[in-house]
Amino acid sequence: MIQKKVSDAREALQGVSNGMTLMLGGFGLSGIPENAISELMHQGFNNLTCISNNAGVDDFGLGLLLQKKQIKKMVSSYVGENDEFERQMLSGELDVELIPQGTLAERCRAAQAGFPAIYTPAGYGTEVAEGKETREFNGKMYVLEHAFRADFSFVKAWKGDVAGNLIFKGTARNFNPNMCGAAKITVAEVEEFVPAGSLDPNQIHIPGIFVQRIFQGVNYEKRIEQRTVRQKAQYGIG
Amino acid sequence: MALDKQGIAKRIAKEVKDGYYVNLGIGIPTLVANYVREDIDVEFQSENGVLGMGPFPFEGEEDADIINAGKQTITTLPGASFFDSALSFSMIRGQHVQLTILGAMEVSENGDIANWKIPGKMVKGMGGAMDLVASADNIIVAMMHTNRAGASKLLKQCSLPLTGVACVKKIVTNLAVLEVTSKGFNLLERAPGVNVEEIKAATEGNLIITGEIPEMNI
Repeated sequence: MIQKKVSDAREALQGVSNGMTLMLGGFGLSGIPENAISELMHQGFNNLTCISNNAGVDDFGLGLLLQKKQIKKMVSSYVGENDEFERQMLSGELDVELIPQGTLAERCRAAQAGFPAIYTPAGYGTEVAEGKETREFNGKMYVLEHAFRADFSFVKAWKGDVAGNLIFKGTARNFNPNMCGAAKITVAEVEEFVPAGSLDPNQIHIPGIFVQRIFQGVNYEKRIEQRTVRQKAQYGIG
Repeated sequence: MALDKQGIAKRIAKEVKDGYYVNLGIGIPTLVANYVREDIDVEFQSENGVLGMGPFPFEGEEDADIINAGKQTITTLPGASFFDSALSFSMIRGQHVQLTILGAMEVSENGDIANWKIPGKMVKGMGGAMDLVASADNIIVAMMHTNRAGASKLLKQCSLPLTGVACVKKIVTNLAVLEVTSKGFNLLERAPGVNVEEIKAATEGNLIITGEIPEMNI
């Protein structure tokens, strides 16, 4: 078995340098690589380009790197819920490329799958398509979108093993599988690092071939952005 | 009387048919799930990666790993599934989702929609909206007929940056149900107690009125 395990976030980040392009999994705060983000903050890398669906909130997720002005450019689909982000964007300190969510996912997947670009109907006729090649297929217009080119991909999984095999949980899966193998080096952090052979090969979401480094994450906060609940009393329960 | 947000959701719920996979946007569309008939089988898709969304969890049972596209904690129903973002948008672009319901800031008489950006003021991003409107065959917009300043949101031409071109099929507002046709907004139904003159006054784009316009049955 090819061994992918590294001891911690510090070792997992070896080779990261200022000015690099990074992919980071997660949707909102769900499924974000908390340990990698924290380590990127502590090591103080700057001028980073970050490809991630969202930019965290003011004091968590990628918001931590924004506060320290470590990010030069964000490539995202939705950036609400973050005042510091908005301030930096409107003042021109931060370069922001907003792209459709499905396009973001597919530009990751294209990089993973060896496609240089894909055609999508999303954004045709809008400012997202300005300056891009368009083409008609079967009477409908499509926009050419290029695969991402990134140095590191940081993903978070629920379970993983020494071979780098990954299993995700619930909607924390989101962009994480699409970013595996989509950068030169993919780093996976997991909530549960399990012994070799204990994952059922039938249940693996991402085979270890897409992952170069894996480590047991620590101190997961797993913050909930919008806590919405029902009261049991209203349903005659409890 | 003009409908409130719950009323708009209630009327849109009647558009949801047996066997439909439905994507609900944030805001009024989210409320639609509360009013869908219980004797039909419908599954709600959320583009962050879940099909078969259920109601909010009971207090104490919320899970950070199970949320909807509005980042709210949710539950799943029997038959539900989770998937990655690329597969989620394969469902959407591949037209496997039968109905998309979303909010809008503006809709034009040819079906253009704007809902992601107010230059210089608000730039939150399009999220999945551009993928949804570029792909879905059946798009219903849920919105108020006018904005807070009282200006019409049903226009000849959108003034804000577009989300999609000539894609909206139907609009349900606090005043009316309208369908988008090649000649403009065709008025189908009035909200209870709202007269045609009020709808005319609140619609900037071309409004087509043919015969008696029935009152909504909600």
